[in-house]
Amino acid sequence: MSGLNVDERHCELPSGLKADVLVKGEGPPLVFLHGHMGRRWDVFLDDLAQNHTVYAPRHPGATDPDELMKLDGFSDLVLYYDDLFQAFEIEQPILVGHSFGGMVAAEFAATYPQGVSALVLIASLGLWLDDQPVTDITGIASQQVPSTLSTNPDAENVRELFSLPADPAKIGDVVVERMSCLASVSHFVWPIPDRELVRRLYRVTPPTLLVWGSEDRFVPLAYAAEFAKGLPNARTSRVDGAGHFVQLDRLEEVTAAVNEFLPVGV
Amino acid sequence: MKMIWFHLQGYRELPPDFEDRYESVWVSPPTDELCRPEKVHQYLNWNLDELDYAAKLGYDGVGTNEHHQNGYGFPCSPNQTAYYLAKSTTDQAIVILGNTLPLYNPPLRAAEELAFVDCLSNGRCVAGMPVGSPMDVAHCYGITPTQTRPRYYEAHDLIKQAWTREGPFHFNGKYTKLRNVNLWPKPIQDPHPPIWLAGGGSLETWDFAAEQDYTYSFLSFGGRTAAKPMMDGFWETVAKHGKDANPYRGGFAQIVMVGETDAEAEKLYLEHARYFYKKSLHVAPHYAAVPGYMTKKSLEANVKKGAGVNAFSTPADFDGMKWSDLVDREKRVIGGSPATVIDHIKELAEDLRVGHLILIMQLGSMDHELTKYNTRLFAEKVMPHVRDIWDDQWEDHWWPSGARKPELPGVAPGA
Repeated sequence: MSGLNVDERHCELPSGLKADVLVKGEGPPLVFLHGHMGRRWDVFLDDLAQNHTVYAPRHPGATDPDELMKLDGFSDLVLYYDDLFQAFEIEQPILVGHSFGGMVAAEFAATYPQGVSALVLIASLGLWLDDQPVTDITGIASQQVPSTLSTNPDAENVRELFSLPADPAKIGDVVVERMSCLASVSHFVWPIPDRELVRRLYRVTPPTLLVWGSEDRFVPLAYAAEFAKGLPNARTSRVDGAGHFVQLDRLEEVTAAVNEFLPVGV
Repeated sequence: MKMIWFHLQGYRELPPDFEDRYESVWVSPPTDELCRPEKVHQYLNWNLDELDYAAKLGYDGVGTNEHHQNGYGFPCSPNQTAYYLAKSTTDQAIVILGNTLPLYNPPLRAAEELAFVDCLSNGRCVAGMPVGSPMDVAHCYGITPTQTRPRYYEAHDLIKQAWTREGPFHFNGKYTKLRNVNLWPKPIQDPHPPIWLAGGGSLETWDFAAEQDYTYSFLSFGGRTAAKPMMDGFWETVAKHGKDANPYRGGFAQIVMVGETDAEAEKLYLEHARYFYKKSLHVAPHYAAVPGYMTKKSLEANVKKGAGVNAFSTPADFDGMKWSDLVDREKRVIGGSPATVIDHIKELAEDLRVGHLILIMQLGSMDHELTKYNTRLFAEKVMPHVRDIWDDQWEDHWWPSGARKPELPGVAPGA
């Protein structure tokens, strides 16, 4: 069962912004940065926590939108994470980022290439191809969202992403929480998730693994090749049959690819 | 009560199967399939003729709004229409409701254009300053949803300073940085044209209106029953700020359709009301609910209320929609004989406590002649009985100083 023995830690950073981090495991530090569906502890993070100390921060502003007024773009967001890593004494972490989290991880590594030991970008945002645009995930009908994010939208672990509480009194809170999280991501990437990261990719020198579902309908597979073209030290693990939530659609394959890339003790 | 003839300036001939074929009337209806420039030539000329006609018939104000990529109305810059009206009319308030401030970069452009309208019209400009809709702001113009309100407040400050401070001065905002703000010209009205706010139920807008002593108009097409909780919320906010309950603090947009008899009104207008609710308000929910556009506080409040009230709520059953449902049961439309319309407007004024009645009298597919017919019947047979509501008790502090109360001509020109 996922989520056992996860430690929830909070602190206020010198900037006045707050940090909210889930921590589990022992070993070299690994930071997981979440995408637009929000931070949640799942079996994938349990797997990573077998060999690492996994830190799963919540992006700033995801619950308190006022914080976003102090974050005007990726340079501010990168400094936020640098502050957070210092506060938690996380040194040279492995950064694993999914979707928007991948874009944050790549921007961090481009700013502090010496501060990252390795990088795993899973279906990462950050680049733009006119002939294969990234889907406008908040600009499509809500009933289309699950099948845009997963090749197996009826699977229990995918349905759980979108499920609402049985108690009607609590539905509103969940809706507000999800909308706020989406807003905190849109804050950095609206309306097109391209902030010219492509010009900075040459600085991302740590070893990098690109994990992509062959059937990603949010950030198509072509983006893996585009990242690989710009990154000096990257290899790609393509997961056949998986969608954007690769780690939900094909957990074992993703875990195996990441473990192979990050041998115990790295 | 002030009667403002307000034009949405929409497309009048969307195809019969529009709502089945296309996801939304706003943002994404493909222009090459649906929007014929030669038709728009005809509509734009009709629109201005209809506004002029209303002015000649003695309406207190004429106005329009700002929308983009929208089949029910696309006056992309309301200042263009206002500039024409400033020249073609002599007495009316020119109600620009309004410039969507977060879209102007720098927002100084809105300050300049409104000052132009005010100078040309000799002080008849109403400066509406809405925050905007998620469709226009986030989807059509690409403004980051979470930046919308901060941009709005900053633009408002800049415009107000540009109108009132001695220039040149510098303005060091977050989104706009200017070394020399020095408006040529400033508006004629002193200190500036009345600022009107408009909205669809954000709590922050009510607070802002009450704090700044601005008038607030609730813009919806849902009629007074649906608007009641919203306007009640606004009036509670006004009271909380210790301001008086002057009904001219409030405005309301209302669809009005007048016939010689109730039966004639139904015969003339029902198909157009159906067109409007079915096609014109066919807005995709994912364009209307943009994460971060509404603040968390307002979102929580709306979720608590069941989010039942929004500007684009439409009847559940378009095809079975009856005139009696629209007029009597749901009260979306005020329609019928002059006597019926007079009664319903009096009820609305009292129920919502509004002094500015924003009349929507050209709806969707209504053609030029029917629009004029509606406009004339209202002016001749309804307006004399409702225009004095409130005036024995309250003064309108939000009406432009250069506007004059028009004489009612008695007999309509060309009638």
